[in-house]
Amino acid sequence: MDKSNMDIIVQNLSKNFQAVKAVNDISFDVRSGELFGFLGPNGAGKTTTIKMMTGLARPDSGTIITAGIDCSRNPKAAQHLIGVVPDESNLYPELTGHQNLCFCASLYGIGKAEREHEARKLLEAFNLKEAANRKFGGYSKGMKRKLTIAAGIIHKPRVLFLDEPTTGIDVASARALRVLIEDLHKQGTTILLATHYIEEAQRLCDRIAFIVSGKIVAEDTVHNLLKHDEGKHFLHVSHKGKNADIAERLYARFATMSFSFLKDNTFRVESSEPIIITPIVMCLEEMGIDVSEAKRITPSLEDVFVRITGLEADTMQKDKDKQGRAK
Amino acid sequence: MKKWIAFWNILLKDMRTYYLKPPNINWGIIFPLAWTGMFLIRSGSGLDSIPALLPGLMAISILFGTTSMLAVTVTFEKKNSSFDRLLLAPISFDLLMLAKTSGAILFGIVNALIPILMASFIADIYVSSWPLLILAVFLIAVVSTFLGLLIAVAVSEVFEAQTFSNFFRFPMIFLCGLFLPVSKLPIFIRPLSYALPLTYGVDIMQGLVRGGNFMSIPISFAVLTAFCILIFGLSKHFIRKRWIT
Ligand SMILES: Nc1ncnc2c1ncn2[C@@H]1O[C@H](COP(=O)(O)OP(=O)(O)OP(=O)(O)O)[C@@H](O)[C@H]1O
Ligand SMILES: [Mg+2]
Repeated sequence: MDKSNMDIIVQNLSKNFQAVKAVNDISFDVRSGELFGFLGPNGAGKTTTIKMMTGLARPDSGTIITAGIDCSRNPKAAQHLIGVVPDESNLYPELTGHQNLCFCASLYGIGKAEREHEARKLLEAFNLKEAANRKFGGYSKGMKRKLTIAAGIIHKPRVLFLDEPTTGIDVASARALRVLIEDLHKQGTTILLATHYIEEAQRLCDRIAFIVSGKIVAEDTVHNLLKHDEGKHFLHVSHKGKNADIAERLYARFATMSFSFLKDNTFRVESSEPIIITPIVMCLEEMGIDVSEAKRITPSLEDVFVRITGLEADTMQKDKDKQGRAK
Repeated sequence: MKKWIAFWNILLKDMRTYYLKPPNINWGIIFPLAWTGMFLIRSGSGLDSIPALLPGLMAISILFGTTSMLAVTVTFEKKNSSFDRLLLAPISFDLLMLAKTSGAILFGIVNALIPILMASFIADIYVSSWPLLILAVFLIAVVSTFLGLLIAVAVSEVFEAQTFSNFFRFPMIFLCGLFLPVSKLPIFIRPLSYALPLTYGVDIMQGLVRGGNFMSIPISFAVLTAFCILIFGLSKHFIRKRWIT
């Protein structure tokens, strides 16, 4: 493969924390100007990977080449080309929004006039003009998030790392942010977006890597990931009550279909033929299981994710919400 | 050029947000005043003893203005992970550490000047070489600040940074000849005095203010400089190991 137009080349990257294999031998490339999604549940290793790529963590093994510069030995080598929006809003609480942005720009050697101009522009774009002269410590969670993103892009990086940028902010702000990410993408910024929002990844990303337990389990364009399920039919069933040999009985009866059993008394039926619902419902009722819902679904990226990872898609969402509340 | 913009702004930010805050400025004035008052009263010898007290006072002002200030501010920034921003900046570790320490060093130097100014108002102070005295003050500030850096690397909580600083500072007051000459210390403790950088700094100042040094001034300068380099190197080594894990 021609690697000359790659802005990120990661090969066999690994990192352990004692017994935990946080990142386990992953490899991927991101083309120049591409928006690459890193999709995975809590603890998958997204943040650890980003930290290694940006110089905040040292890999146990593997190579990282950013914009043609080998950063495996010297993590500082490409830092002038990258921007990072960490998962935590970590600006200076005692500085105002405007001061924070100017300070971050100064770290990249941007002169006074230019950084003040850029800071004002970004505060305006992020709807933070009113709060520009208030201390960051007093900002709301969403405002903090927005300013953290502004701080990550003020020096116009060639490669941008976004770690869950839309977590913890309201719907309207999240939407505005996605538009902004799309704009940066259009302007040619190479973006690596770590997220657990499947729709967000599907909407924004050119390509997506599914990462689970430190491993990349699939990596392709959204189109190709979905293609696998083209012409297939899916049914989603929720039921009350349980029966130990529910799987056995269903497989015996509907040999051409395949079933995947998820948490919370739900399962998914997959078939290459159109699925007729009634026989399945009847079969369950014969076992004494009440069907509360059975609906046909068009496969989305979420279904692909479920199929590939064996994880229930909304576990990611639920975990995250719990975390958000705990904070 | 670009990296100096970063250096200057890190320094400026620390000055504004930490060192020039009113509580710190008060601390710099009240502390030496209180110590001077205490010693004058205790010794009962009046203003004549000021030149003898001055070097110790200057050393203590520097020590208390730098070590814990740096340890606390760096630990605080580590804790709320804003320090990551500095680690992400395209400047070398050396320059970053120098930028972070410069603020505390300047603060320490200013703290040392306060006792001199106050003393020169109330007593006749004769200094044999001002440039050498300023160089000594500078090196003591550097070595105390770097000690704070080393403490910042060793701890992860702000309160630990504070306690740990005191753990070093208070023994140093007694071991480094600030108010009690090293020659009056029990012989088995003296090796400890010679292992602490402040001993050499204080001896230089004693020599310059009243000719009371017991080691050669050039040698003391050399040892003090060596301590600065050693502690900086050690801090850098641990920072690489502990902060980029
Ligand atoms: N500093 C650390 N010390 C010990 N274990 C760590 C450390 N950082 C990460 N881990 C572990 O490495 C694994 C991957 O964590 P990581 O933060 O990369 O996940 P993530 O995909 O970013 O998850 P999330 O969606 O929750 O942000 C987890 O099991 C985590 O507990
Ligand atoms: Mg994460």
